[in-house]
Amino acid sequence: MTSINRTVLERRIVFLVLAIAVALPLVFPLGLKTQVTPLTEKAYDLVESTPAGSVVLLSFDYDPSTVTELQPMAQAVIEHAWKKGHRIIATAMWPQGSQMADMAFADVQGKFDNSKVYGLDYVNLGYKVGGMVTMQAMGRSMEAVYPKDMSGLDYKDIPMLTGIKSLQNVKYVFSFSAGDPGLTHWIMVAKDKYDIPVAGGTTAVSAPGFLPFVNDQMQLHGLLGGLKAAAEYEFLLGYEGAASLNMNPQSVAHVLILILIAIGNVKAWRKRKSVQQEASKNA
Amino acid sequence: MKRNIPLILAFISGMLVIISEFIPHYPFGLIEETLTGWFMIVSSFAILLGQISLISANINRVVEKSQNWQYYLAGLISFAVMVTVGLLWGMENTPGILGQGASIAAKLGSKPFDYIFEYAYMPLASTMFALLAFYIASAAYRAFIIRNFESNLLMITAVIVILGRTSFATALTSWIPKSLTLLHLPELTDFIMQYPNTAAQRAIMISAALGVIGSSLRIILGIERSYLGGGK
Repeated sequence: MTSINRTVLERRIVFLVLAIAVALPLVFPLGLKTQVTPLTEKAYDLVESTPAGSVVLLSFDYDPSTVTELQPMAQAVIEHAWKKGHRIIATAMWPQGSQMADMAFADVQGKFDNSKVYGLDYVNLGYKVGGMVTMQAMGRSMEAVYPKDMSGLDYKDIPMLTGIKSLQNVKYVFSFSAGDPGLTHWIMVAKDKYDIPVAGGTTAVSAPGFLPFVNDQMQLHGLLGGLKAAAEYEFLLGYEGAASLNMNPQSVAHVLILILIAIGNVKAWRKRKSVQQEASKNA
Repeated sequence: MKRNIPLILAFISGMLVIISEFIPHYPFGLIEETLTGWFMIVSSFAILLGQISLISANINRVVEKSQNWQYYLAGLISFAVMVTVGLLWGMENTPGILGQGASIAAKLGSKPFDYIFEYAYMPLASTMFALLAFYIASAAYRAFIIRNFESNLLMITAVIVILGRTSFATALTSWIPKSLTLLHLPELTDFIMQYPNTAAQRAIMISAALGVIGSSLRIILGIERSYLGGGK
């Protein structure tokens, strides 16, 4: 067997083992529990401590590619906000974010027996191009940026938006962010410019980049990083949803990757050893 | 003239926005507001430009029968289908040319655009992202090899963080006494993320910010002209 064939074969074995490792825990859940971390607790506390009746802004800055990680977070935060009696404005800085918002609202509505009324308890203002510049414009006038909502209703005809002249009238901003534009810009505009508390949810891979914002100045009021944080939020709300369920295959996949790293290192060590032995024989 | 006018416009716009950040009063506040409005309008046209470019690039590849032209054709067909159903029946609550398409929506359970989005586009997009897991697993097996002190350090850190981010983490180190909390995998992971990681991230962010300031000044002052195109 040539070395190229061997590499291809090894890769296929790795793919197959990973597929099995991910599929099995989905069929037979392991029932693993997740420990809540301080970053998730901070984000939870922000929603928890905001008074009932407050108007809050959730920004859906992602698209279907990251739905597995970010949608459970969005659903958990919507559920928490509604439980606390908050009224939610949904915006999107990514073109498909508005559909993500609608799907999240529809899913969570089921838990409230469809009692949440559009226009009174929540509204979807949709996508706007421009990223940070759009956020800055929202700081001056929300109606100027969003003259109509997703369904074509005039801003002034939406009851829950009466009194919401600008971004400065919302109690907190929660951005579910898969990249640019997203959470970084909300911190720069909403928190740094208008001192509105900002919390965020990101994919696990981009979470480390946001940690500098979790500081004494509270630039970021908590951070949900990846599926694990979504599962932690579900735990705090007292239920096991999509994130908790999906943590099983993710945890198994992580352990498998560690095993693969170990096998790879043993292989490399043996190869180095044989090369050294060969060299000493030749010498 | 062809190059000087854009340079002058870039200089004036850049300086006005900088000044308005420091003096947010009349007339600078108003100017910034106007420029912001312009930016949003120009950005909207950029989307249209992107779509035209996408169509033209794909058509060229199909016409020239370049390698894997079938995929480009599939892309064009998908694009055309989404635009057509979106225009005819709209999406969600927004009506299309033929209205809300209630009869089709009754059959499918939702409007054709929403149906395709939910049952074709979403699974496809998620699948593409999920494929990363396979490449990461394969790459970890082949490339994550201890060779020297630095790679050793990287390996130990990676193992702690990867394990700490799983649901196994708590169970694995729960036997460690509470007086040694820092050695619990979730705590240790948080420590690594909060201190060494944050310090490095801050350094990267500060450097990047300085870089952005430098590049922006070069563009505003007309030193950096590559954005104008046309070679040198």
